[in-house]
Amino acid sequence: MPLAKSTVEHIKGLAQRYPSRQSAIIPALWAVQHEQGYVTKEAMAEIAEHLGLPSSLIEATSSFYSMFLTKPEGRHDVVICVNAPCMLRGADEMAAYLQRTLGVRDGQTTSDGAITWHSTIECLGACGGAPMMQVDHRFEENLTEERIDAIIERLRQPVAAGGGAALPAAEPAKRKTAPKRVRTQN
Amino acid sequence: MPVKPVLTKDFATENLEQLKVYERAGGYAGFKKALEMQPDELVELVKKSGLRGRGGAGFPTGNKWSFLPKGVYPRYLVCNADESEPGCFKDRYLIEKSPHQVLEGILIASYAIGSNLAFIYIRGEYLPQHDALETAIAEARQAGYIGKNVLGKGYDIDVILHRGAGAYICGEETALLTSLEGYRGEPRLKPPFPAIKGLYGKPTIMNNVETVCNLPHIVLNGADWFKAIGTPTGSGTRLWCVSGHVNRPGNYEMENGTPIRELIEGQGGGVWKNRKLKAFQPGGASMMVLLPEHLDVGLDFDAIQKAGSLAGAGAMVVMDETTCMVDAARRYVKFFSHESCGKCTPCREGTFWMANLFDRFEAGDAKPGDIDLLLDIGYSIDGRSFCPLGDASTWFPRSVIKFFRDEFQQHISEKGCPFKKPVEEAVA
Repeated sequence: MPLAKSTVEHIKGLAQRYPSRQSAIIPALWAVQHEQGYVTKEAMAEIAEHLGLPSSLIEATSSFYSMFLTKPEGRHDVVICVNAPCMLRGADEMAAYLQRTLGVRDGQTTSDGAITWHSTIECLGACGGAPMMQVDHRFEENLTEERIDAIIERLRQPVAAGGGAALPAAEPAKRKTAPKRVRTQN
Repeated sequence: MPVKPVLTKDFATENLEQLKVYERAGGYAGFKKALEMQPDELVELVKKSGLRGRGGAGFPTGNKWSFLPKGVYPRYLVCNADESEPGCFKDRYLIEKSPHQVLEGILIASYAIGSNLAFIYIRGEYLPQHDALETAIAEARQAGYIGKNVLGKGYDIDVILHRGAGAYICGEETALLTSLEGYRGEPRLKPPFPAIKGLYGKPTIMNNVETVCNLPHIVLNGADWFKAIGTPTGSGTRLWCVSGHVNRPGNYEMENGTPIRELIEGQGGGVWKNRKLKAFQPGGASMMVLLPEHLDVGLDFDAIQKAGSLAGAGAMVVMDETTCMVDAARRYVKFFSHESCGKCTPCREGTFWMANLFDRFEAGDAKPGDIDLLLDIGYSIDGRSFCPLGDASTWFPRSVIKFFRDEFQQHISEKGCPFKKPVEEAVA
């Protein structure tokens, strides 16, 4: 699927913004993921063309960073941290509960396509509110089983016309295409 | 010692993230004053203030600035907002509460070092914080703090906000620069240090978010004022991120030199559930464990180092008596194994094998020689890896073996984790 015209314009602008157009690779990958939800080889070839760089360079960079997805995932992205500070406050129990509630294993997507969840050992920077998870990049802190239930119920609501059901009204529209992360292996 | 907030003094003000509110609280007065000074005067001022880098290493900021080679341009200022150290969430807090304070600090630093282009490298996971900075930059540009001929003083400055994409290693300064240049975020050899040859091969200064946040206050109030706060070798305050088994986890700004006890038992509300303190870890995932006997050590780079650990990036992870130290170390080791960039063998292979061994301990499959094998791997990584990520991956597990070797033994003799059943019933 070719990139939208606005994305292409954005990428071309990025190339002008930095002292070196190579610096535009990561922002360009983000722009593609914003638009398409994940980054395909074809999209990387397009980035390469617009930046005037070999596509091998785009792929080399892209594959280093865990947040660039190579295939589509669920509409919502749920990441729960199980590093030590979160573990101390019961993250393992919350991750187990999340797995039971969603009925799919770590790294998988629910059958209705609503949620992809995974645990991560990469600290997400909310140890003060542990146990925590990130839902479409928003912090959900001080988790309990009841809070997880409420969040999941919200995410499971069918997509209303014009935006994701999980988004509060105040959320800017662009968040509905919030970039997602690739799962990590623990 | 009473807490004298510097960075967080206005954080109770509503809507501080908005430029108008920030200005009403005295915001950008530091930058305006800085523009009246000569850049060299600013470097001297910061040197005299004794400000040390808040990113982890504690290197004197003014000294770092003065390493720039004379007459070589362009130069770049890079603000490291790639906060990813497990246990740390202070930069996130500083950005959320007052993005303009961060920006003002960046502008002062850029002017002081003679840079006309500054970068903020923010970790990919911090999307709302990225957006907060983006808004702040737009507001500052509109108000004339960023752009050509800033406030009519003939100084040009532009700020580029650059978002990372999930690599802990990019918090290491040379890896961050490599990443900012669009490559895989692998560290580079030092020397040449970034101040000589950094971003795009040009002189580059990298400062942490918290470090730059101090600058407006130092410029406004002077070096002597700043030096009067804290300890002789550790001026100012620091933001400490308290997490783990305390009643009130969160960010607390503490004057340097304040006893750790005041942070954990005072601000943090003490160990939760009326349990006893077993251990705590200052600095973040990398740093060595300390014991209750260290509670009276001061919150200060030098004091914590003397006690056998490092203040690092200002985390304070508190562990109560029910904590399995083996499992805590296992999480950190798995983190380092996951985040190793793979460039050098000791780190890539060593962290992998350490993680494997720790899994064996937790699963009850460890053999008597495995404790020494862990230490052996640790020695083979520390001092032999390309960048500090590898070295640091060994510090916490080795310190845990030093102080809690019997717990490792127990995992072997009881063929599994003796802490799997928490003693909650017993104490409740």
